[in-house]
Amino acid sequence: MQVSAEAGKALYEALIKNGVNFVVTFPCNWTSCLIELVADDQSITHVPVTREEEGIGVAAGAFLGGRKPAVIMQSSGVGNSLNALASLNLTYKIPLLILISHRGDEREKIIAQRGMGQALKKLLEGIGIGYFDLVDIEGTDKVITNAVNASYAENKPVAAILSPFLLLEE
Amino acid sequence: MKRAEAIKCIAEELENELVVCNLGFPSQELYSVKDEPTHFYMLGSIGLVSSIGLGLALSTERKVVVLDGDGSLFYNLGSLITIATQKPENLYWIILDNQSHGSTGFQQTYDPEVTSIEQLSLAAGFKRLVTASNQEQIKKATELFKQKGPLFMIVKIDKGNAKVSPIPFTPEKIKLRFMEEVKKG
Repeated sequence: MQVSAEAGKALYEALIKNGVNFVVTFPCNWTSCLIELVADDQSITHVPVTREEEGIGVAAGAFLGGRKPAVIMQSSGVGNSLNALASLNLTYKIPLLILISHRGDEREKIIAQRGMGQALKKLLEGIGIGYFDLVDIEGTDKVITNAVNASYAENKPVAAILSPFLLLEE
Repeated sequence: MKRAEAIKCIAEELENELVVCNLGFPSQELYSVKDEPTHFYMLGSIGLVSSIGLGLALSTERKVVVLDGDGSLFYNLGSLITIATQKPENLYWIILDNQSHGSTGFQQTYDPEVTSIEQLSLAAGFKRLVTASNQEQIKKATELFKQKGPLFMIVKIDKGNAKVSPIPFTPEKIKLRFMEEVKKG
């Protein structure tokens, strides 16, 4: 399955349009095109980190420093971020745009991704983090904008769940 | 020298740097010694004090001092690599090292005969490293805050917590006050 460069570009442009200027990334092949565009943009501070929990801390520090951060992770990474999201972002009311590539669901080849894939929405709901589903390129600008606006209106993290139907070529 | 004494000594040497302080007794002891709007007191998210410090250091021109602990460091060991890679020149990372988790009953974190935090930092790529184990050495080490970072500073302390109370601020107040201070530049 090919990763959609067009989707990567649409997501990148939506981030820029919404003033995102600090991006923390983790490994994911489905969002590799997006990550490359972010990495090449000198106006964005890009910080690749070693683990999702760590990345939530870095993004929170950037917000405290006056930046508008986003993190790009896989659904499996959400499991590694839950306490940080709950005891840092939700506790201090720190906004954050979380882009989550939805692994372990449809079109997934790796069985080990299924556990977190099917639990993703329940986990986010469990700690009180709202999310928007993004399933096609046409919806990208609107969904990312809605997610950013919701995050800053409520001063808490909001996720945009990126479907494989968005991220992968037919 | 116990943690509270080391924190007092460090606080006396600070000159308006932004401070991100580890959760539990470190934050409570810092608050009781000296409370400033330049202090961000962590209340949860163990291990993330250095990561918050990094995100902050990459977003402001101001100097950022991280008050971390050995236990907290091990909860986020990857941070050594990330910070050494990013090399923020305005970051000064202090480890208050009592070989234990002081805020939860002093469970041992590591055996200095087996593991060396100094060597961990050097292997991760830190070029500026200093250790201190008394007031005089702390004062001398904090002189290095006048120079470029990143600096990795280890302060060897004895086990023991001061008699302090919880910080009487809501998390939101800590955040808002701190962000106002950061905006001043």
